[in-house]
Amino acid sequence: MSYSRKSARSALLSPREVKPEKFVAEHVRQVPPSGIRKFFDLVLEMDGVISLGVGEPDFVTPWHIREACIYSLEKGTTSYTSNYGLLELRELISKCYKKEHAVEYDPKSEVLVTTGVSEAADLAFRAVIDPGDEVIVPEPCYVSYKPSVSLAGGTPVPVSTYQDNEFRVTAEQIRKSITGKTKALVLSYPNNPTGAVMRKSDLEEIADVVIENDLVVISDEVYGKLTYDGAHTCFSSIAGMRERSIILNGFSKSHAMTGLRLGYALGCEALIAAMTKIHQYSMLCAPVTAQVGGIEALKNGDGEMQKMTREYDRRRRLVVSGLNKMGLDCFEPMGAFYAFPSVKSTGLSSGEFAERLLKEQKVAVVPGEVFGECGEGYLRCSYATSREELVEALARIEAFLDSL
Amino acid sequence: MKEILEILENNPRIGPKEIATMTGITEAQVASKIKEMEKKGIIRKYKTVIDWEKAGEEYVYAMIEIKVALRSRTGYDAIAERIAKFPEVRSVRLISGGHDLSLTVRGRSMKEVAFFVAEKIATLEQVQGTVTHFVLRTYKEDGDVLFEKERSERLAVSP
Repeated sequence: MSYSRKSARSALLSPREVKPEKFVAEHVRQVPPSGIRKFFDLVLEMDGVISLGVGEPDFVTPWHIREACIYSLEKGTTSYTSNYGLLELRELISKCYKKEHAVEYDPKSEVLVTTGVSEAADLAFRAVIDPGDEVIVPEPCYVSYKPSVSLAGGTPVPVSTYQDNEFRVTAEQIRKSITGKTKALVLSYPNNPTGAVMRKSDLEEIADVVIENDLVVISDEVYGKLTYDGAHTCFSSIAGMRERSIILNGFSKSHAMTGLRLGYALGCEALIAAMTKIHQYSMLCAPVTAQVGGIEALKNGDGEMQKMTREYDRRRRLVVSGLNKMGLDCFEPMGAFYAFPSVKSTGLSSGEFAERLLKEQKVAVVPGEVFGECGEGYLRCSYATSREELVEALARIEAFLDSL
Repeated sequence: MKEILEILENNPRIGPKEIATMTGITEAQVASKIKEMEKKGIIRKYKTVIDWEKAGEEYVYAMIEIKVALRSRTGYDAIAERIAKFPEVRSVRLISGGHDLSLTVRGRSMKEVAFFVAEKIATLEQVQGTVTHFVLRTYKEDGDVLFEKERSERLAVSP
């Protein structure tokens, strides 16, 4: 009797009976895997590859920032912080926005420090999206927005941008995409992958559409400090937009702190409180060591940051002029650290071009369609790599073109 | 102009053509600016940082601090210029603190450096006293670290 009961139980536990896939929620199953992943695996198998596929600075975090982090560990600063983040950091962020963009955020209730901008974006989507809400996402763009909107229960509505308009989204395009369900608009300028920036006048026109249709804007400005020939315009500095926007920013690109995971969100109290509610239950607080580094970066980091920006600017000109000279039409990117040349003249799709370039000349770039359908025919070439490597990569790309 | 200097300071082998591409000014302008700065002495010299030890050459470096007794009518400049004329002396600086001049001296052996200081420097009339510090190891020279440079291990492709 007892023997047979045991065997019935072991039959139930037999591994052949378990299908872990079925535990995965349907809406998660439906999110497509990142297109970058496939390419990443391909690159990993090869030696001697020069990679222009990297979406992070090649600089190591400036020493004074690392030093501040190390010192804080020595002192034993390893506990939780306030859900909002260290007050000193929030005050510095607030001061910085007041000084640079003339937008005021109360450090006590309108600044939320997050674990990278990725978390801030996810929180923003989850805080504003109800099931079925539509979110307008101009493309090409960073790979996370659309899946994050879907995971939050919303429907992403992509809007294509084109080289003719230097990959800027227009107020007219946004207006045309609006339905009764539209809740929010994502802006991400300076843009990854195109390097496009928005002029103040473009943003003002968009602001009108936002007001007319009662939208909230989630503006990812993590590349704001990397704007060449002119200053970045913060979206909330446009009249009437402070109450209608969540600004996302962080330290990854400006201070070469990607792995430290430090970002923040700025918005009026109601929105930040909603985001903080989710943040406190899911993340609790951003890593304290990174927060200490952020304080040091904002206090004493301008010099190192400007040095890096000036170097990116030189490389930008080098790469853009190199690509154009070899016949790959490339518009002049005015922000971030990407060039976005067209390969349409070669007759190859961007996927074919990238794969053959990798196999034949060992240069890794990211095919543009990874960032949205309208990115097809383009490549994302990151110039956040040393000048010597860039010169070598350009020579190899030219050799590849000659072999076609 | 500062932009050109910044680029050259780190790598003098970058030509006017490449500098022109990076800065957005024409090649001819870059070339003439560089000529002008060479003429004015803003650009003093193009040098190479060499790790002699790696090349198998033995050099001994010493830092020497000097206390100077000034004679009437001649200042620090006069004695500094005299000392600077010795080819063994790599640098001469007027410093604040307990001593007046600081030198870097290079020689083939400790003995050679020690004798040079004893015979040529300490014997100068205005020199009241010297302190010699031999260099055991150089970690950073002129802004360049001489040990293994740090590299961050980035993923080859990232979003």
